[in-house]
Amino acid sequence: MKNKKEKKKLKEENKKKVRLLYRFTKGARGDFVSGMLFVIFENFFNFLGPLFLALAADILVKSANLHYPKIILRMVELGGGAEELYTHIYFIAIAFVIAMSLRSLFLFVRSKYLARGSETVARKMRNEVYDHIQRLPYEYHVNAETGDLIQRCTTDVDTIRRFLAVQLTEIVRVITMVAIALVILIPINTLLTALSMVLLPVILGASFYFFKKVQEQFQKVDETDGALSTILQEGLTGVRVVRAFGREEFEREKYSKKNIELRDKTYILIKYFAIFYAATDVIVVAQLLICIVLGIVYAVQGIISVGQYIMFVSYVRIMIWPIRQFGRVLADMGKAIISSGRLNEILEEELEKNSLNPIQAPLDKDIEFKNVNFAYGETKVLKNISFTVKSGETVAILGATGSGKSTLVQLLQRLYEVEDGEILIGGVNIRDIDKYHLRKRIGIVLQEPFLYSRTIEENIKIAEEHVELPCIEESAKIASIHDVILGFEEGYNTLVGERGVTLSGGQKQRIAIARTVLRESDILIFDDSLSAVDTETDAKIRSSLNERKNKITTFIISHRISTLMEADRILVLKDGHIVQQGTHDQLIGIDGLYSRIWKIQASIEQEEEVN
Amino acid sequence: MNYYEEEFETKKVDIRTWKKLLQYAARHKKALIIMSISMVIIAVFDVIIPYMRSYAIDEYILQETTKGLGWFTAIYMSVSIVVGYIVYLFIYKAGFLETYITYDIRRDAFNNLQKLSFSYYDVTPVGFIMARMTSDAVRLGETIAWALVDMVWGAFFMVAALIGMFIMNWRLALIVLVVVPPIAIISAYFSKIILKYQRRVKKTNSRITSAFNEGIMGARTTKSLHREDANFKEFDELTGKMRNSSIKAAVISAIYMPIVMTIGAAATGAMLWLGGEQVLSTAIKLGELNFFISMSTMFFEPIYQISRIFAELQSSQAAAERVIGLVEAKSDIIDAPEVIENYGDAIHPKKENWPDINGEVEFKNVTFKYKGGEKVLSDFDLKVKAGSTIAIVGETGSGKSTIVNLLCRFYEPTDGEVLIDGKNYKKYPQIWLHSNLGYVLQTPFLFSGTIMDNIRYGKLDATDEEVIEAAKLVDADAFINKLPEGYSTSVGEGGSKLSTGEKQLVSFARAILANPALFVLDEATSSIDTETEAKIQNAIEKVLTGRTSFIIAHRLSTIRHANRIIVISKGKIIEDGTHKELMKNKKHYYELYTNQFKQEQENEILGIAN
Repeated sequence: MKNKKEKKKLKEENKKKVRLLYRFTKGARGDFVSGMLFVIFENFFNFLGPLFLALAADILVKSANLHYPKIILRMVELGGGAEELYTHIYFIAIAFVIAMSLRSLFLFVRSKYLARGSETVARKMRNEVYDHIQRLPYEYHVNAETGDLIQRCTTDVDTIRRFLAVQLTEIVRVITMVAIALVILIPINTLLTALSMVLLPVILGASFYFFKKVQEQFQKVDETDGALSTILQEGLTGVRVVRAFGREEFEREKYSKKNIELRDKTYILIKYFAIFYAATDVIVVAQLLICIVLGIVYAVQGIISVGQYIMFVSYVRIMIWPIRQFGRVLADMGKAIISSGRLNEILEEELEKNSLNPIQAPLDKDIEFKNVNFAYGETKVLKNISFTVKSGETVAILGATGSGKSTLVQLLQRLYEVEDGEILIGGVNIRDIDKYHLRKRIGIVLQEPFLYSRTIEENIKIAEEHVELPCIEESAKIASIHDVILGFEEGYNTLVGERGVTLSGGQKQRIAIARTVLRESDILIFDDSLSAVDTETDAKIRSSLNERKNKITTFIISHRISTLMEADRILVLKDGHIVQQGTHDQLIGIDGLYSRIWKIQASIEQEEEVN
Repeated sequence: MNYYEEEFETKKVDIRTWKKLLQYAARHKKALIIMSISMVIIAVFDVIIPYMRSYAIDEYILQETTKGLGWFTAIYMSVSIVVGYIVYLFIYKAGFLETYITYDIRRDAFNNLQKLSFSYYDVTPVGFIMARMTSDAVRLGETIAWALVDMVWGAFFMVAALIGMFIMNWRLALIVLVVVPPIAIISAYFSKIILKYQRRVKKTNSRITSAFNEGIMGARTTKSLHREDANFKEFDELTGKMRNSSIKAAVISAIYMPIVMTIGAAATGAMLWLGGEQVLSTAIKLGELNFFISMSTMFFEPIYQISRIFAELQSSQAAAERVIGLVEAKSDIIDAPEVIENYGDAIHPKKENWPDINGEVEFKNVTFKYKGGEKVLSDFDLKVKAGSTIAIVGETGSGKSTIVNLLCRFYEPTDGEVLIDGKNYKKYPQIWLHSNLGYVLQTPFLFSGTIMDNIRYGKLDATDEEVIEAAKLVDADAFINKLPEGYSTSVGEGGSKLSTGEKQLVSFARAILANPALFVLDEATSSIDTETEAKIQNAIEKVLTGRTSFIIAHRLSTIRHANRIIVISKGKIIEDGTHKELMKNKKHYYELYTNQFKQEQENEILGIAN
């Protein structure tokens, strides 16, 4: 009973995958239909060519009866009858060349349609998956397995593309091929037709079985290949350890062992292929030989003409190759369905939701946290947080690791949603404010910002594209990174990342600051984003920010007293609670986290002055 | 890693490079010979079998007799079985060559990598080496083996077919020959251009992969900047480009075959016309005409194959050069021949001749600069007594790491010498020093495999008990036993399943198991919870006792316990003495120490361990 249910479920799942595939073809269906149509045309002319050669043979030897399809006979009549053609054999030669040229033309047209169709679908899949992933909730990305996701976006899309471009037509081709052959050959001689095709199913079966079987070996090879790469990579990244322990020989043996294993497994795979091609070669010849011998006997007996004999042999030869490869097509078809399922899993993930009636409320107002609680799953991170910030105030937040500081500020951009309690900006609950409005008007600089692999200039203007260079330089100056950038050989055109310069943590943070201040914001948040910058530069950045901003509400998370003390208000967080709040002068008087850190840092600074 | 694979430039074929690579094929003479002979036989049979079919038309059908058809069938079938066997042989042998060439390249490259010094690794990204040894090695094996197959077959098939055709009727044979030049030119042109477009698609494709990568890795930043729409617009442009260039590449390869087929069909048509008239004049028989028609359709395949091979060789030229470059790269640090003779090397160590290390280390007038860089050390002198612990303190870039690298002989002094027990260490092989060295890195590196395997890396023939003993000594035993499979727990790639602190404990156990005479610790500043921190502290003390130790230190407790502390600035020792002495001096060390002390206090309050 249960088994049946599962089967039904599986069937449903498969249906869903196929339906998704079908949905993706929208917009390209015309191309596919045209492509298929031209496959049929191409096949038709491909079979017509040998027909002319056969006809020529029959005319050349003056065969008594011309048993040909009516169109061909009509054409013979048009050419003046067999007698006339006998002296004008070039008529047939021309007809042959025309037929084959048309076949070539249709081959080209079909390739064009199918390329356009499959590439259109591939583009659509890429776009849809990319956009969907981008719009998944913040939390999804915090936990995402990036390697697997990228694999799906690239390999799986490509598997489906290949199925549509190659395998789907191959199915149509083989079916029309067999159909055309049957239509032409059966009227000539049913038994000869039957025997000329009797081994085709065997070839097809053998090839399907083989390609299905060989996939296991392919997988084994792939796995070993992966293992070998891992050994290599570890040997390279861990080269210091290898050398320091004098383990060169051990590494060589380890690598060599896997290398031999891979070699032997690949070798087995190739052996399988050698056996398959050799064995099917023999079956193919056997099929051809049946056709040849029986054809000769029939021709000698006068049951078929010499031309028809040539026709039979040509047709069998035309059909054998695609059928031998057809097993692979069928075996690969399953892969496309699996890939479609893997894409579907991504597309079924629920998208981030905006408010029902999003408001574009002004954000340069007072902010109020009211009994805000927040938890990641079971772990409570913020507990009953309440405080008010006046518009234009600077609020500094201090707390130990895991105290909930980052979560607190991320709530403002609605990267996480407040489930319990509320945050009001100018009296409006942010759950009613347009998410994207919040993100556009609230600038946040993360502790470990992500830079895109483009030029520095492009990175700075990433959120505000139509900005001139002077403005970009202005922001870079505020972030105290302008001089560093000019120090690079290519200045603002320097590429960031693997192919360009590798930036230090502090440089990355400062570029992220430049990109945030470039945009006009109502609220600015620095999530420990000056941690990798030295104290002096930190102060410089803050003073130039103060000069520029005309009373933007600012949140700063930091451990530096020199940063914290300038704030209008300091919040001290511990285990998700606000344990202290007040100004610098108020807090140094009370025993607590703030005063303890102040004492340490103050003494360092004093000594530095002495020295 | 992706980035290193997309350099697809087409270069002029340089014979010398390929000669070197062909030597890889020449190592397997037997396979090479069997494969070549197989291809010659197949080429000849590819002419004979169509001939047999035309023979059947002329001798049976047109003679209206089946006499001898039994023999014909038997011969045809046996020829085919022979061909079947030879097909098996050539695929098998070409596959053999392909896999062995790839295998040999990888082996030689890896062996060479084990010899190359750090100056090579400093300037060569891991991704670059990976790409050479994975995709490039596979591609070269494939190109060489199958290019040989296709070349031998193509050449011999054309020769055999021409001989057959000229024997039968030279006029008709000429028709085939006339069509060769245009097809050759078109093939040469298209095979090049097709490859070019395919490479372009590949390049765009790898850009799409990078874009996905960036879109996924940077998703959080994208969200906070609300850049989803702009990103999508750019991505859409990229996929549009991909779509267009893919269609273009597909269309261009779709033009080629039809053109060649049409020219071929024209040749066949001409054959039918002129041959037909010759049949009428009984100059040739109908079957023979049939043979010519088959030949005219098959003759162009080898031309296409050969032009494809040349295009492929051109585009593999860069890969070939880079692989040869990797295999032939020379190390900066080489054991002298007489040293190898006396003491062996990493592959064949003569351990019986090795002297024990007592542990006295001396840097004498050592000058050092990295390739193309400025002097890091000049006339540096330092003598360390056997069994003592020396802490090296200084700012980043002061030369601390260089001192340690020189001691480990990862680099050799540009000038001056490093003495161990009073003798220049160049008098012994590198493996001798490394076998006596314990080394714990700032960022601990573990190999994928079990914890047991990783600790045993320090002493390959250690028993399980010895491994566990070492783990207990550094307090790693407790956390290991808590893991689901204890010592058999797999640590994941690069040790990813363990925390940084745990990885450090394992690497300490590994070092202590090696029982080295010299010990080097490049101390970590990474975040570890306070409990593990205490354990590591304990581990360090255990490891240090009784051996000459060099420590690049950050933690105060480690520094304080050293027998001697040197403060380095710009490659010079600016302070030297014990903790007490230097604190009394109230200079550089004092300053560093007090700052560090406060930092540690503050971190403790905030819950960040050092």
